[in-house]
Amino acid sequence: MSRLVAHFEVRYPTFHLNVDLDVPMSGITAIFGPSGSGKTTLLRCLAGLERAPDGFMQFGNDVWQDEKIDLCLPLYKRPIGYVFQEPRLFPHYNVRANLLYGYQRIPVEARRVEIDQVVAILGIGHLLERRIHNLSGGEQQRVAIGRALLTSPKLLLLDEPLASLDIHRKQELLPFIRRLHEELDTPVLYVSHSTSEILHLSNRVILLNEGHVVGVGMLNEILTSLQFRGNFGSHRVGAVWDACVTSHDPPYGLTQLDFKGQSLFVPIQPIALGKSVRVHILSNDVSLVVGRTNSPTSVLNILEATIVEVWEINQSSVDVLLDIGAPLVASITKKSLATLGLKPGQRVFAHIKAVALNEELAD
Amino acid sequence: MGALTDLDLSALWVSVRLATTTVVILLIVGAPLAWWLAHTRARFRPVVEALVALPIVLPPTVLGFYILVALGPYGPLGQIAHVSLAFTFTGLVIASVFYSMPFVIQPLQSAFEAAGKAPLEAAWSLRASKLDAFLTVISPIALRGYISAIVLGFAHTMGEFGVVLMVGGSIPGHTRVLSTTIFEHVEVMEYAQAHAIAAMLLIFSFLVLLAVYIANRRFPIHVS
Repeated sequence: MSRLVAHFEVRYPTFHLNVDLDVPMSGITAIFGPSGSGKTTLLRCLAGLERAPDGFMQFGNDVWQDEKIDLCLPLYKRPIGYVFQEPRLFPHYNVRANLLYGYQRIPVEARRVEIDQVVAILGIGHLLERRIHNLSGGEQQRVAIGRALLTSPKLLLLDEPLASLDIHRKQELLPFIRRLHEELDTPVLYVSHSTSEILHLSNRVILLNEGHVVGVGMLNEILTSLQFRGNFGSHRVGAVWDACVTSHDPPYGLTQLDFKGQSLFVPIQPIALGKSVRVHILSNDVSLVVGRTNSPTSVLNILEATIVEVWEINQSSVDVLLDIGAPLVASITKKSLATLGLKPGQRVFAHIKAVALNEELAD
Repeated sequence: MGALTDLDLSALWVSVRLATTTVVILLIVGAPLAWWLAHTRARFRPVVEALVALPIVLPPTVLGFYILVALGPYGPLGQIAHVSLAFTFTGLVIASVFYSMPFVIQPLQSAFEAAGKAPLEAAWSLRASKLDAFLTVISPIALRGYISAIVLGFAHTMGEFGVVLMVGGSIPGHTRVLSTTIFEHVEVMEYAQAHAIAAMLLIFSFLVLLAVYIANRRFPIHVS
């Protein structure tokens, strides 16, 4: 697995970017932060479109920038695919010529991605002979992604590729982006300020705030950590897991998932056995029970958990960080905490009232 | 045009040759300069812009006078060439390049500014080198700017008079162009020939401009 090592410090009149990164690059890594936190600037530094005076950047074994030896490869010499916020397609070419623009400019032996493959993944076969101005925004962005992929990049940079699209187009494009990394095995850096996008897509998160990296980690670790919860908007706090489909139960309309050896039931999903599905469990949907009571419950999803930590959120409520083999957070009242006498280290049962399947974008 | 003499035809040929040469030189020199003006953050950019625009407001005789002095045997350009370039076709080309410069640079600069850096960065991200990106992406997107620059540069050179007279001197077959020919005909009261050439220049200018406007309407260049 290639690592991305980067150091950039750039001062602008109203903004200061100071970033030190050393992250493994696999799957989709989100660069997440509010507007103005420097996400796009960081991406442009990584691409060589902005030059940090004392910058350093290495991807795998390749050093792309080292100002100590006055090295900074221009973008066209870096094996990067870059998808901008706007599609930036070339208006004087049709879709096919746009797709082939980069493909024709790389050596034949470097071509790992072929046009048929990209056309199939992105579903743009019917658009190939069209002029650019006859495409919708979503179609244009798909062509832009395809065009970048056809340079067989070692690293794909996506700068909020969904930002300019309405909710329906976003919905339409998400599955394509997820398939990219599943089918092409190209690491992706994905800039976004949308919590729901990173919940859908990312495996790893780089949190950016006011030009600084404030946290790096796996999505679920970051999401369930108290330190970072302010970054996501409190109503979205919860855990995100990739659970495996183990069986379908059509009479009851349920699909059974396995996560870390425990079962989860969700409304039946048209997903093949053995495939993974991303589930989102909001902390407000988790309640805690001490010991297995004899009284039956209508709650289907009950997971064994150990209390790791208790955080005070406000006057009336606390968040309880649980370990079920992976982190999970339950929001409960202070009164319940006192009544049940919950303490770190204690074994409890987490009753999960709802499991959101991350198929629908929330915003 | 039965009214045209051999002398008139040679003037037409000189005019066309002069305008073509001037436009070609201005495209080669002017496109990079226009690109630089469109994207530089240099503080002295307004100074360069003002210098480029100067021929629009300067009396042609002023420009012609300075160029004449520069081209002469003791002027800097004459020294480089080791021979006086005044009253030669080469001298005329040099003068025309300066005189028509704003008409080529300004449309190109506007077109490059309108195209912006975004398509260029996209081309770089697709492995196009700087020259490659400029030729295959920016130039086609700025095509209208090129058409305007070529047409205006050509037509303006065809129509110049003051500078040509100062620098070229209207030597038949060498530096006598259509506009000075009209002047010569009028001087000796040959109104019929003056009419013929004047009408020709008028119709030519109109048709060229018409063609440009029609082309712009029929083949819109979409910049998204």
